[in-house]
Amino acid sequence: MSSWKPLDKMTILSHYYPRIEGPEKVSGIARYTYDLQLPGMLYGGILTSNVAAGKIVKVDTTRAKQVPGVRVVLTDIHPTGTIRFAGEEIAAVAATTPQALEEALRNISVEIEKNAFVVSTEDAMKPTAPRVFADRENVRKPRVREEGDVEDAFRKADVVVEAEFRTATQVHACLEVHGSVVHWEGDELIIYDSTQAVHGVRKDVASFLDISPRKVRTVCVHMGGGFGSKLRGGRYTAIAAKLAKAANAPVKLMLTRRQDFESVGNRPDSIQKIKIGATKDGRLIAMDAVSYGSGGISGGARVRLPHVYKIPNWRYVHHDVYTNAGPARPFRAPGSPQAAFSMDQLMDMVAEKLNMDPLELRLKNDPNPTRQKEWRLGAQKIGWQNRNRKPGSDAGPVKRGIGMAASVWMTGGRDTKAMLRIYPDGHVEVRCGTQDIGTGTRTYVASVTAEELGIPLKKVIPLIGDSDYPYSGASGGSTTAPSVAPAIKNTADKAREALTELISDKLGVDADEIQWKNNSIRVQNKTLSWEEACAFIEDEPIEVHGKWTEGLSSAGVAGVQFAQVAVDTETGQIQVERVVAVHDCGLILNRLTTESQINGGIIQGISYALLEERWMDPTTGTMVNANFQNYKIVGSRETPEIEVILYDEAERGVIGIGEPPTIPTAGAIANAVYNAIGVRLFTLPMTPDRVLEALSQQRS
Amino acid sequence: MEVPIKVTVNGVLYEREVEPRLLLVNFLRDVLDLTGTHVGCDTSSCGACTVLLNGKAVKSCTIFAAQVDGAEITTIEGLARNGELHPLQEGFWQEHGLQCGFCTPGMIMAAYQLLDENPNPSEAEIRHALEGNYCRCTGYHNIVKSVQYAAKKLNA
Repeated sequence: MSSWKPLDKMTILSHYYPRIEGPEKVSGIARYTYDLQLPGMLYGGILTSNVAAGKIVKVDTTRAKQVPGVRVVLTDIHPTGTIRFAGEEIAAVAATTPQALEEALRNISVEIEKNAFVVSTEDAMKPTAPRVFADRENVRKPRVREEGDVEDAFRKADVVVEAEFRTATQVHACLEVHGSVVHWEGDELIIYDSTQAVHGVRKDVASFLDISPRKVRTVCVHMGGGFGSKLRGGRYTAIAAKLAKAANAPVKLMLTRRQDFESVGNRPDSIQKIKIGATKDGRLIAMDAVSYGSGGISGGARVRLPHVYKIPNWRYVHHDVYTNAGPARPFRAPGSPQAAFSMDQLMDMVAEKLNMDPLELRLKNDPNPTRQKEWRLGAQKIGWQNRNRKPGSDAGPVKRGIGMAASVWMTGGRDTKAMLRIYPDGHVEVRCGTQDIGTGTRTYVASVTAEELGIPLKKVIPLIGDSDYPYSGASGGSTTAPSVAPAIKNTADKAREALTELISDKLGVDADEIQWKNNSIRVQNKTLSWEEACAFIEDEPIEVHGKWTEGLSSAGVAGVQFAQVAVDTETGQIQVERVVAVHDCGLILNRLTTESQINGGIIQGISYALLEERWMDPTTGTMVNANFQNYKIVGSRETPEIEVILYDEAERGVIGIGEPPTIPTAGAIANAVYNAIGVRLFTLPMTPDRVLEALSQQRS
Repeated sequence: MEVPIKVTVNGVLYEREVEPRLLLVNFLRDVLDLTGTHVGCDTSSCGACTVLLNGKAVKSCTIFAAQVDGAEITTIEGLARNGELHPLQEGFWQEHGLQCGFCTPGMIMAAYQLLDENPNPSEAEIRHALEGNYCRCTGYHNIVKSVQYAAKKLNA
């Protein structure tokens, strides 16, 4: 089994260093999919349904075809003709300018035989609700998980708390919308895609078009955010390919912001009814939970209960509910922020009933040794001792409070391959079919190589984001770093062996007489620099292939967050003032990008806690706030002071950190709000109207 | 009917005929191939398309190309001088004020106007000046540090 060198020998990894493609990104030179212009390229677009349910009867494109600049209009792009949500594709156009495209789309008239629809989870659960799928009930068969004897445990419980929690549907809202630029070279399709999975897009789009994946290549050099919504190939890419084929020209097809909100993913809502039982000395012994949630026309609404705490007897029954809304897609820690919101609030409710410190209750029931230390550290940093002992006891209308919640994420690394070439001038090129979704993957492909070969970062040219490069999986589930970093290290190690072998051949010495020092090579009492060593390479570069190996990564991380809020009891406004986040991610590849990931997860968590909510109109069945005007996300002013503490466990190897930091934020804020005002909020987002409503119920 | 315009972008004078409905952002991106100015929404909400119009930060998705006849425009591509990054660009790189980087050009252009008008902004003033620009990844914490880095360097 291989291992990383000791931390004190590392000169790049585990340090702070800026990302290597930074200069391109700050200069506007970096080209995202949206920015690509190919010679003769047309602008493609899709007409989507503004009806939530029905059957396409007729699509009239006569007027659209007359718009100057229109090259192709396609009407056969919907697989079945049955519409199940507003946002489904009906027709597509390719035109010479974005203006002509828009005009043509406006001039397509569509006749749809409308059906009854239902867009809210609760409405869809009623027996009289219109069925989303004619052959199935809206409420799907429950999934039941159970351990121990729940009923018996509740009989033994000294205290029982029970509550119903609701969380809203959240939309990924990546700043770069989903989309592709495609062109055909003969029967081969080249796709430039804003994606989290170049290999996955190749497979999916080949399948949509019924061609061999061998004939498809996907490229993604830079992409403007994904958060899980860009893990698979999109139908829009296949539509772009059809337009390009028909027009015999490259096509750029980016979704509109509305389409992006409606049709390419969301974090489903949840209704969670949970009961917890504990003994009087503060041991959780029982949980009984039922949840409902809707991923629109898909499933995927399960909540990750029972979260992090050890409960010997528990039952969780989940029901996915169909509604006439866009399908869910994985969203940064699917199911987990919902669980922290409910379970960490229940923890505080149990603690209050037992008259116990919520921190003490967590220490008693949290089985994870890392988090045990993180709880103590976080409590000390936030000043847990100085919290309101009595919730809501601050004088004046603005009240402050502190709360906490936990994080867990269990994934690790998996199969990834890489190829490395050393050139005679000492440059090293590394190819890996992963992609950088903003996390800094490209940078650590270079830095792991540089660290292992003992050469400066600028000598390494990392090439990623191309399905012609060696296989790596989708950038999702926090699996990228633990998958890619070990593969790169393994490949770099092989490159060093190959160079050693070459030098031993050229000089006629045994390979074991060649010794690698930090950035030089010792042979026959002489010291060779990297460049001098590489000069032995003649025409053919050294080329090696490597892959993910055991021992360099682990699965499973722990984290805790503490939030301090100020709640204005007159306006209902919650201001998050400070967050202390303690997270473990094993060996830290780059402190700068890791801390930045954690900041980002927290800020997205604040957005989820306070602002984000998809509104579906029950009368039209369409999304009311499918734009950044009305779908609110946090801005720079809502961002608090953040203190990130990386709990180093380098000996465990590389572990992903993309998802864990967004899990506990809403739960910690909710507990802080209770500590501030003495009223609990059971619904996300915690908007001012909900705060005021809760306060008025307390008064009456 | 096309409208003739003369506009200076990053110091270069362009004379073009444009459709009246052509947005400034599409003029910059699709006509001049200056694609560093990004498009994140169509409601003037996200700020990814921010450019300087006669020195003022504006959202170029909310202005027609025909309206900028005679104007001077600076885009993200026009900030570096002789291959040297502007202190704001350097700050966003060094302080890691970017993750995916899609919002970065607009952030930098909005921050440019701030530092032009207020060379020593407080943290609150920086946050206020950038509230029209979204970062979904979300890097506001380091973005503020990036602007502070630039302010310090410009005042040195």
